[in-house]
Amino acid sequence: MKILVPVKRVVDANVKVRVSADKSSIDLSNVKMAMNPFCEIAVEEAVRLKEQGVATEIVAVTVGEEKSQEQLRTAMALGADRSIWVEQTGFVEPLAVAKLLKAVVDRESPDLIILGKQSIDGDNNQVGQMLAALCDMPQGTFAFRLSIENGRALVSREVDGGEQVVSLSLPAVVTTDLRLNEPRYAKLPDIMKAKKKPLDKITPAELGVIVSSSMTTIAVHEPPGRKAGIIVGSTGELVDKLRNEAKVIP
Amino acid sequence: MSVLVIAEHNNATLNSVTASVVAAAVQLDADIHVLIAGSDCSAAATAAGQYQGVSRVLVADNTAYANQLPEAVAPLVSSIAADYTAILAAAGTTGKNLMPRLAALLDAGQISDIVAIEAQDTFIRPIYAGNALATVKTSDPVKILTVRTSAFEPVGNGNNPDQMALDTVISQNKSQFISENLSTSERPELASASIVVSGGRGLGSAENFQLLERIADKLGAAIGASRAAVDAGFVGNDLQVGQTGKIVAPELYIAVGISGAIQHLAGMKDSKVIVAINSDADAPIFQVADYGLVADLFQVLPELESLL
Ligand SMILES: Cc1cc2nc3c(=O)[nH]c(=O)nc-3n(C[C@H](O)[C@H](O)[C@H](O)COP(=O)(O)OP(=O)(O)OC[C@H]3O[C@@H](n4cnc5c(N)ncnc54)[C@H](O)[C@@H]3O)c2cc1C
Repeated sequence: MKILVPVKRVVDANVKVRVSADKSSIDLSNVKMAMNPFCEIAVEEAVRLKEQGVATEIVAVTVGEEKSQEQLRTAMALGADRSIWVEQTGFVEPLAVAKLLKAVVDRESPDLIILGKQSIDGDNNQVGQMLAALCDMPQGTFAFRLSIENGRALVSREVDGGEQVVSLSLPAVVTTDLRLNEPRYAKLPDIMKAKKKPLDKITPAELGVIVSSSMTTIAVHEPPGRKAGIIVGSTGELVDKLRNEAKVIP
Repeated sequence: MSVLVIAEHNNATLNSVTASVVAAAVQLDADIHVLIAGSDCSAAATAAGQYQGVSRVLVADNTAYANQLPEAVAPLVSSIAADYTAILAAAGTTGKNLMPRLAALLDAGQISDIVAIEAQDTFIRPIYAGNALATVKTSDPVKILTVRTSAFEPVGNGNNPDQMALDTVISQNKSQFISENLSTSERPELASASIVVSGGRGLGSAENFQLLERIADKLGAAIGASRAAVDAGFVGNDLQVGQTGKIVAPELYIAVGISGAIQHLAGMKDSKVIVAINSDADAPIFQVADYGLVADLFQVLPELESLL
């Protein structure tokens, strides 16, 4: 079984981002970048399926600028066998990413596609579902457990009220939630080995996809700040404030 | 033209978040239709019809939609999408699962988690865990939107629109529903509760969450949690508040033993009044708190319980 794992380069989860001075975007100069945490979970899950003997090959793919090759190297250090870099600079909206990935799927014919449920920059939570629609594949979103049984993917999903289990025919798209696994750290020898693994570059034109966009970001603002609060000295004072000042408890 | 709201329901009852999605729809157009796709879902359809502003309820009642799998519902909605200028759903896990699939079938983009409507084609949405708000304009003829329901005041009841059956049946077996394990609680829904009491890693164990539950019982509050508390198995995943969990904006949010990571703040910083109880005076949660109490939670919670 072949698994395709799309990954994305994003701002590191620990960075507190700032709006750019001209209020048009987020200031990303000199900011630490990393693989999107949900993508790490996707890579980890694919690697575990390979370790279990379920998967035979893992192909990582990213859509992005030159530097996004770093994240492909990370994916290969974690266990992906090879990777594909779809070269595209600038912002690419989720539908365009899904179309590019669909073209890669057509070439690679994976049995399973595992990707993060959302990237922590745009917080859109769209690409996996869009890709599934474009490929006419079933989708198991927000997965916290995944197994392959009798030629189908059994996916346990985190839903608002609790948990849901669906069974999907293959090929299928699975998107990862936080509790699917705990990703390993890449070891130094594996990081060295990853430098020699194949990384193929391809352009949207070569994939036959015209990258278009229907969205324009007109402005980006800081959210309104909260007014400074106070530190109370005791539980009694807290209850008094909530009751008589804020009037939020009876 | 009209706008379409996709109702969130479990066939028998309508999820109250739908009233907030209708409220968002009201800002877009005067003619609002609501779709109930399900099986034996007439009760939910009747409830949806009561929302003010709704002019028609579309009912797709078929076993094919029993579990509302997106593989069936997305093509169903896509088959009627041309009649609408916008299609909206709540930005919960159901809407997030369905809407991008629908958007791709329509070759449209999606604007996720809208918190305000500037114009019929222009919306405001949080990005980067709510550290910024983006104003986004779309040129798609049918706008596909998910709505952050905590940002829209729900519409009231008092209406009786016409009902129309949708007979289109989308059969598919690529995806099969196997089972569901939904938590049952006597407490108010986390997403719409007016008071939320949340616990973090500082609670230390599942048993200790009972200290919070006793307070929640006294206040008629919902229980929430940080990711660390969920990961540690103190409570179920459905209680996680944050960037990748539920977004809440209650009148009162009490954070106990929660440090206040940006991913957690993303889910609660629009609450009206925030209380933080934490033994670490430097914890970032105090930066958003209206009332902070620097103390050991194991001392504070029993005191709080007796004072309420
Ligand atoms: C991609 C991604 C997504 C994430 N999504 C979410 C999300 O949706 N929601 C979320 O919450 N987190 C999320 N996180 C995790 C987030 O970064 C934090 O790790 C998490 O919120 C920490 O939870 P916590 O505050 O309970 O634990 P900690 O950060 O460990 O804080 C525990 C706090 O308890 C206090 N404490 C301990 N003992 C006591 C005591 N006896 N009395 C009083 N105070 C005490 C400590 O001082 C400390 O401040 C996400 C992270 C990533 C990378």
